[in-house]
Amino acid sequence: MMQQPASLIELNGVTKRFGAVQALRGVDLVIPAGEALGLVGHNGAGKSTLMHILTGAVAPSEGHLSVTGLDLGSRYSIAAAQRLGIRCVFQELSLCPNLTIAENARIMHPSIRGPGWRRRAGRLIRAELDAIFPGHGMSTETLVADLSISRRQMVEIARAFSVSDAAPKLVILDEPTSSLDAATSEQLLAFTRRFVATGGSVILISHILGEILHTCDRIVVMRDGRVVAEDMATAFDRTRLVETMGGARALDDEEPPATRTHARGQTPLMVRARPKAQHGGIELQAHEGEIVGLAGFSGHGQTDLLMEVLEAGAHASARVSAMAGVALVAGDRQVDGVFPLWSIAENITIRSLARLRRSLLLSPASEAEMARDWQQRIGIRTPNLDNPILSLSGGNQQKALFARALGSDARILVMDDPMRGVDIGTKLDVYDLIRSEAASGRTFLWYTTELEELRNCDHVYVFRHGRIVAEIERADLTEQQLIHASFQEAA
Amino acid sequence: MSGRSMSYFRWLSGRPWLWSFLGALAVWLLAIVVSHGQGAGGMLSAALAFSVFTVLVGIGQMFVITLGPGNIDLSLPANIGLSGAVAMTVMGEADDRILLGLAMAVIVGLAVGGFNYLLIRLLRIPPIIATLAASFILVSAGISYGRGLQITPPPAFAQFTVMRIGGIPVLALATLVLTLLCAVLLHRTIYGRSVLATGQNMRAARLAGVKVERVRLLTYLLCGAFGGLCGALLAGFTGGSSLDMGAEYLLSSIAVVVIGGTAVAGGAANLPGIWGASLFLFMVVTLLNTAGFGPGFRDVMTGLIIIAVITIAGGQRRLR
Amino acid sequence: MTAASSSVSGGASKTTARRFSASRLLRTLLPAISLALVLLAIANFNPRAISYFGFTLMLNLAIPVALATIAQLMVITVNDLDLSIGAFVGFTGCVTATWLPNQPLLGCAILIGSIAVYAGLGALIHLRRLPSIVVTLGMSFVWLGLAILIRPTPGGTAPVWLHGFVSQRLPWVPFPVVAAIVIAGVVHFGLMRTTYGTTLRGVGGNANAIERAGWSLLRAKMTAYAFAGVFGVLAGLSLVGVSTSADANMANGYTLLSIAGAILGGAEFVGGRVSPIGAVIGALTLQLAAVALNFFHIAALPNLRIPQEWQVGAQGIILILILAARALINRGER
Repeated sequence: MMQQPASLIELNGVTKRFGAVQALRGVDLVIPAGEALGLVGHNGAGKSTLMHILTGAVAPSEGHLSVTGLDLGSRYSIAAAQRLGIRCVFQELSLCPNLTIAENARIMHPSIRGPGWRRRAGRLIRAELDAIFPGHGMSTETLVADLSISRRQMVEIARAFSVSDAAPKLVILDEPTSSLDAATSEQLLAFTRRFVATGGSVILISHILGEILHTCDRIVVMRDGRVVAEDMATAFDRTRLVETMGGARALDDEEPPATRTHARGQTPLMVRARPKAQHGGIELQAHEGEIVGLAGFSGHGQTDLLMEVLEAGAHASARVSAMAGVALVAGDRQVDGVFPLWSIAENITIRSLARLRRSLLLSPASEAEMARDWQQRIGIRTPNLDNPILSLSGGNQQKALFARALGSDARILVMDDPMRGVDIGTKLDVYDLIRSEAASGRTFLWYTTELEELRNCDHVYVFRHGRIVAEIERADLTEQQLIHASFQEAA
Repeated sequence: MSGRSMSYFRWLSGRPWLWSFLGALAVWLLAIVVSHGQGAGGMLSAALAFSVFTVLVGIGQMFVITLGPGNIDLSLPANIGLSGAVAMTVMGEADDRILLGLAMAVIVGLAVGGFNYLLIRLLRIPPIIATLAASFILVSAGISYGRGLQITPPPAFAQFTVMRIGGIPVLALATLVLTLLCAVLLHRTIYGRSVLATGQNMRAARLAGVKVERVRLLTYLLCGAFGGLCGALLAGFTGGSSLDMGAEYLLSSIAVVVIGGTAVAGGAANLPGIWGASLFLFMVVTLLNTAGFGPGFRDVMTGLIIIAVITIAGGQRRLR
Repeated sequence: MTAASSSVSGGASKTTARRFSASRLLRTLLPAISLALVLLAIANFNPRAISYFGFTLMLNLAIPVALATIAQLMVITVNDLDLSIGAFVGFTGCVTATWLPNQPLLGCAILIGSIAVYAGLGALIHLRRLPSIVVTLGMSFVWLGLAILIRPTPGGTAPVWLHGFVSQRLPWVPFPVVAAIVIAGVVHFGLMRTTYGTTLRGVGGNANAIERAGWSLLRAKMTAYAFAGVFGVLAGLSLVGVSTSADANMANGYTLLSIAGAILGGAEFVGGRVSPIGAVIGALTLQLAAVALNFFHIAALPNLRIPQEWQVGAQGIILILILAARALINRGER
């Protein structure tokens, strides 16, 4: 007789609304014990919200969640989830940098107390580190602040799997390999298989499709707050995954943008940059009117180089030089871009104040005119530009940041993955604008984590571990080429 | 609540600075009641006269606090004491040296501000500690400089600080004009816009091309200058400088910034509120005095009011 | 070296065990080095001060400051700042001098009540997400006002047992030195070695993470503030014990001194990086620096003296010098 695996997690009709935004639209999901489940989807598909609900950090607006058959309803909380054996490694690190590894381990296991607690906590976490990442070489008395990002991630992962009074039943890994190198990622994924074999369950969220296909038993695809596909991992391949995630198809049908009218190198050189970790080899160059793309896995030095180019607009250096003023379009808008207390108009004009003066004072009329002008050109949806910027949707906020940079007198624009999590409509509006600005002589350096966006670029530089490892002309640009190059080492 | 009063309420809550004026008004009326109608006008006049000094340091402190979390100037009292002494010494009881004395006081204030910024920038000392250490040094410098000699202000200067036109102190009118200039500075100059940007998000400001460090320097200079000016005027007003005359102004300067509606986490400044809060605080003290309460009770009430105001306002972003 | 600084070298070897780094070591030892330098200066200017009696005199008034500094440290641990500690110490001193001798139960009740108020403040600040600077600023008025109401004029007496305790003559080592070591040791153990102390420091390092791991931030804040209240009470008690009378304004300078002492000792305003041993050393250093300046003289220039009024200023200069040294060490590390 076939034995049904015990169902560990059951989600029924789970819906979540944040004000006017619908993050989840009725999700049904069953996760048995002993399964590695892959969860994929674009930004904004609802993966993070779903995980927050699973871990008890957020309550669903509608629907039920039961863990090991228990439905706690409104009494479900972070503490309850932990007691039921649900652990999570989020993308934002949850270690205290001022404490040691052992002390951080104890934070998660309050039952470790009394004399010698430090030694016991240290032993606990070391055992887990040894199990998952053999040869890690870390001492549990090290302060977390002294660890590299990748080592911190390793500690976080080990902590999530660590056992003190009860073994974890479900471990959620949200982009766990983003800060790990290839060898360590392999170790983690191998451990995941071993963990699942002993009866635990894992939810693996990753944009690296190869990992998902390789490691998971079952894959769930989300889009726009819904589960749009669910099948055994063996039934999926890259193409089917990408298509189901959505968006790629739409762009595929698009006409490829008009090619540049002249060959490379015929316009003046505007930017030269060599990453810090690189000596010799490929140098990034951008000429007037070009859209230059920066590619490769995220966090491999693209943003750092963009920031150096931004700096070079004011103070040139030997390694990085820019022949004109540089403006930035931030990707992480809360940290790098938005002034939360200000209006939309004030956020747009901040970079152009010198031009908006009449004698010594700023002219409100000129400011309003500039804001209005850009609202029309880029299509910011708002009834009143004096409304607070936070009243705008994420996509429109991003448009305001674009307006800030484009509206300035900078001839060179650096863009730090600005379309992350932005809706497709906004993206298409902005792509058009970028192309027309480039045609009229502005130079763009565009770092993006989405392969499809690189199609807008005339020339692409691929980064790996802080160095440029390949450069690809638009004509030769294919996804395969890019992936291949992303795995290359520097010449 | 009826529809009409709901919208009044909403209009009011959108303007925090109005609360402080209303508060001042309410307390004033209460004080009149307690004093059985005596000296209402005199109270108002005195309020304006005394508020000038709180307003001056309040404006300086407001600019510094608006720069963002962690920015504060604890050297104001020592600054006031030293500048007052310098002003009086330079003026030397001579009417024709008034302007020179004022200028010297402001220059001393600027030097204090510059010194503060130097410590903050070069030695990467948090502003609380930097201005604290500076205040220690200034206190000693003040004692050294003054040698305890009581120099009185030149008669014309003393007269000017207490002169009134139609019951309104001239000093208050002058400070009002200064406040208006500061409002223009804050809202209609690149400098002011930069301060507000830096206070909301220093990193974003830097990335957007704002000269963050230059703005910080100018702001600490400005606060220092206002402290110097306040010291000189206070010395004239009270008939001679004393080194600890600035002591009460540290807490008052922060209190009027908070009660006046400026965001303590930075990025949003409220100039009219500084006036409202200064008047309010003065009125509270007057009310308590009139009602016969001693200094102990006054202090307790002042403290409880500050806490009540900030508790009601709540916190937006975490400062500290 | 004094006993106080040798307890730091014990801490230093633990640093070596973690991860040897010359700059980290230097930074940790900086407070002890400063203290040593100050003591050397005193020994140079006035050798008779380096004696049992000398240390007792010099350090008697340092103990209340050290306790206030620890109180401040508790609040800094959870990323806040207490601008009212000076007024609070004045308040507890006045309560001590006024009621403890003749109405001890009332006095104790008030002192315990004030610790509860401190805990309540922590709760208020956490629940309403208020800036601690402003709330404690308001409280400083309240404590001062209450102190004035209790003791409008300086006076009162220290209870016999209290005065006896703080002025006891221990064999070999002066009482204040022993007290400093005990305070540093106890708080070091409590904050750095116990499980909950580590959790408190974690709140300072990453409050979100601590909350996500299931701990109550509210309880943590209240605990930290309650301990600040406890040490504030102890500071007031010891101050009255030493000066045998009280005055509402007697500890007004403690607020800024406690911040300076904590920072000198290696604490940072944000991030939960605190050092109880360093804080005690920092407080002692500031106090002794004032003394050293008093004794200052160069044999060859008998008329060169540091004027009395520059004692305060010198504390500021020392603060700046030590922080500058730290900045240089940090820059060298980069």
